[in-house]
Amino acid sequence: MIDHLPILQVIVPLLAAPICLILREAQLVRWFTLIASVFAFVISVLLLQQVQAHGTLIYSLGGWDAPIGIEYRIDQLNAYLLILVTSISSVALLAAGTSLQKELTERKETYFYVAYLLCLAGLLGILTTGDAFNVFVFLEISSLASYTLIAMGRDRRSLWASYQYLIMGTIGATFILIGIGMMYMMTGTLNMYDLAERLPEVQQTKTVFTAFAFFMVGVCLKLALFPLHLWLPNAYAYAPSIATVFLAATATKVAIYVLLRFIFSVYGFEFSFSHLPLKEILVALGLMGIFAASIVAIYQNNIKRLFAYSSVAQIGYMILGLGIGSKTGLVATLLHLFNHALMKGAIFLALAGVVYRVGSVNIKAFAGLGKQMPWTMGAIVVGGLSLIGVPLTVGFVSKWYLVLALLESNWWPIAILVLVGSLLAVIYVWRLVEAAYFRPALQDSAPYKEAPLMILIPTWILVLANIYFGIDTSFTVGLSEQISASLFGVAK
Amino acid sequence: MIDQNVLMQLIIILPLLAIPGIIAFGKWANLREAVTLIAGGLLLVAVIIFYQGFDSGQTAYVKWLELLPGLDISFRAEPLGVLFSLVAGSLWVVTSIYAIGYMRGHGEVNQTRFYACFAVAISAVMGLAFADNLFTLFVFYEVLTLSTYPLVTHAGTDKAKQGGRTYLSILLATSIGFLLLAVVGTWWQAGTLTFTEGGVFDENTSIVAASVLLVLFIFGIGKAAIMPFHRWLPAAMVAPTPVSALLHAVAVVKAGVFTVLKVCVYIFGIDLLRDIPATQWLLYLAAASVLLASLVAMRQDNLKKRLAYSTVSQLGYITIGALLASQAGILGGALHIVAHAFGKITLFFCAGAIMVAAHKTEISDMRGLGKAMPITMIAFFIGSLSIIGLPPAAGVWSKWYLLMGTLDTHQWVVMSVLMLSSLLNIAYLLPIPLRAFFPGTGQVVKVERSAIKEAPLPSLIALSITALMTMILFFWPDIFYELAASLAGLSGGVNG
Repeated sequence: MIDHLPILQVIVPLLAAPICLILREAQLVRWFTLIASVFAFVISVLLLQQVQAHGTLIYSLGGWDAPIGIEYRIDQLNAYLLILVTSISSVALLAAGTSLQKELTERKETYFYVAYLLCLAGLLGILTTGDAFNVFVFLEISSLASYTLIAMGRDRRSLWASYQYLIMGTIGATFILIGIGMMYMMTGTLNMYDLAERLPEVQQTKTVFTAFAFFMVGVCLKLALFPLHLWLPNAYAYAPSIATVFLAATATKVAIYVLLRFIFSVYGFEFSFSHLPLKEILVALGLMGIFAASIVAIYQNNIKRLFAYSSVAQIGYMILGLGIGSKTGLVATLLHLFNHALMKGAIFLALAGVVYRVGSVNIKAFAGLGKQMPWTMGAIVVGGLSLIGVPLTVGFVSKWYLVLALLESNWWPIAILVLVGSLLAVIYVWRLVEAAYFRPALQDSAPYKEAPLMILIPTWILVLANIYFGIDTSFTVGLSEQISASLFGVAK
Repeated sequence: MIDQNVLMQLIIILPLLAIPGIIAFGKWANLREAVTLIAGGLLLVAVIIFYQGFDSGQTAYVKWLELLPGLDISFRAEPLGVLFSLVAGSLWVVTSIYAIGYMRGHGEVNQTRFYACFAVAISAVMGLAFADNLFTLFVFYEVLTLSTYPLVTHAGTDKAKQGGRTYLSILLATSIGFLLLAVVGTWWQAGTLTFTEGGVFDENTSIVAASVLLVLFIFGIGKAAIMPFHRWLPAAMVAPTPVSALLHAVAVVKAGVFTVLKVCVYIFGIDLLRDIPATQWLLYLAAASVLLASLVAMRQDNLKKRLAYSTVSQLGYITIGALLASQAGILGGALHIVAHAFGKITLFFCAGAIMVAAHKTEISDMRGLGKAMPITMIAFFIGSLSIIGLPPAAGVWSKWYLLMGTLDTHQWVVMSVLMLSSLLNIAYLLPIPLRAFFPGTGQVVKVERSAIKEAPLPSLIALSITALMTMILFFWPDIFYELAASLAGLSGGVNG
């Protein structure tokens, strides 16, 4: 059993999806999905234990060894993200039943869970596999599932948002496929570790550079790096609330994982950062993302869109950390990966509560909510403080490392820019605070009740996680430092 | 005797413990305010006992959490912190008494939230006072900013919201933009954030890096209200007067200059500070801030606004004291924290009393008010004397040592600015009580003189206490003098 953990991680949600279709009954499906997700979470925790105890796990699919068969490889980086994805997915599913009752018709509910599980399976597949083509396959599974999830939104604009994402996502996937194809052409292998061994022999060829470029652009599209982020705000804004929670907290993070894996493990740090001006590109795009997206966020009246733009900005921070090209910088990226998932998870879940009671996430609808829904708004405020990077929240920890990394590299001006960027976060968070706490409630509506417990509880689980991991950083920082060291170790 | 460590934590937590009581009794005003008063009284007793223990040589050190190796939330008692805790601790209870009269007299709403946020702010001040390292200090500095925001916007009007926005944006912008960077920079340069006698930087630290850090610190500590980052202070005057009095004349602004002193003495150390070329420029900036703020204060007709600008100016004195990098300067700066606190809180109490009793906010309307409100106006007079630095009020001592500091370090420009500013203080503060008693021939308050009575009794008691304290501190400044002296004496063997 223990030996088969890597494949179980993927197979559990993948098989659970069709079973949902057999079960049909919405209530049943809901609990079944939750159980499957929690089961996946347990597996990921066991995997991390295994990795910490025995080092990298290698699992050959069907007993066929690589390079003939497909190989699954779990090291600390994979295990770290597996835990992130499965835990957020489980917490989001806790709230799903209640939230979806309002946002979907019952018949659609089952399909929602099917798509959700497929998306989860796809993301977990990307994280476990050690095969480049397999990455593409799972990427498509998760993407197609997420187009479906987004299209289920109540607002008809969700169809358009989903279509937009479909077009952009397909372009991204095609680029990735072209990249992988070229790599295969040059090396004759698809296994990442074989690739890593064979690429240096041919690394001066134009084809390899082109492959790298195609691949990077494709992945950056998937992770919504500015200026390739255009699909993201609409997708997050119009998707059903629970889908937004799940996608915002996990999908882009997994794409960043792919980026890290190929930069560090496949091509190697030397190739990525020395032969190409990747450092400059990433730093410039990261910074531009932080500023452009934050400024746009300030002017949004749809709060889900506002936080979607904020996500684009936060991705900018992660990419910036990576672009520094130092161990501390990578620690900052890895920390922010985890921490941002906690923040946005909490915020979007709280917004799910608002949608449930108020039915709108327009800033006007927030008038007076501070008094009427104190726990929900409290969650958003804590999440917002974390986004800003106030001490004792997770946001502070990642910002601390990012600034430290910038200072270590003697990039003072950029450190200042990063901090100025967090001030922009203050502005957009505070617009919401003012609306919720200072504007009197609209006269014509009856006072809204606090969000239902089944939404509040998962929201506050994530809020408390925001504070807990902001104080006890041993898990996140410890693991990030180990991962960073090992990724740079591989590069040598 | 209680263990000093326990007592120190108790001082930090005690105001927070009052909050459940305040909220639980939210509907019964008397009980709610009794809770605040009891907590305030206990806190006062606690800080006094703690001071006695500290005075007899007992140390206190507690570590709460460790975020990263070497980056922890921990507390330690040292002279300046004890001094600050004594000031804030003794004034909280007085302000609570005052607030009861004021808030009821003014018919304010949301009083429960008011008292609760107040308690959080005091707790943050205590945490800041005992902070053992820059990180802890930074955390409580931010908690203080955030917890006072609801107090500033208490009225909930557009004007309050606007003021709150200015307040929050300047304080957060400076603290996140500059102070945090300075903290991380210090960590990167020195490898530690713990306040250390003589500073944390070793000889290899380049002067350039130290200069940059110093500038970042001075600008980053927005609560010290050095121009051009002083705008939040007048903006915060939209708050109810007890808030202006305790927080924006004492706790919050003093937290700012306290941080400046701490950084100068324990992070840079006065020896290094003297060698940094930026110090000189910052000194001039602080001097300009003193002078300009005094000039602006002259032109304000709104009493609270005038007092706010006067605060900006007086804070500059303390920053100057720290930047002079001499023992006398540090001593004067630390003493001025105390003297200005008692003097300015008296003035604000009076301003609030006038507002509640006579509904007047503009100075030009206050002529002849002395007959109706004699106690208030006498207290105002005493408070003004202290701010100006005339006997028999506490301000004499601090201004004396600050001048000594400028003489020791041959800062003639700064010295003349201090002298000039004192003259300006006379010009903008003394006329108010004088006109109240001797209205002259100008427009006198005529509107139904009999209708104006003294302020509510609790407010009157409070402002009398602080006015008396101001005088007492002139005759017996020993406690605070010794604490300030040990701070200055500890910081290296320079000529005194």
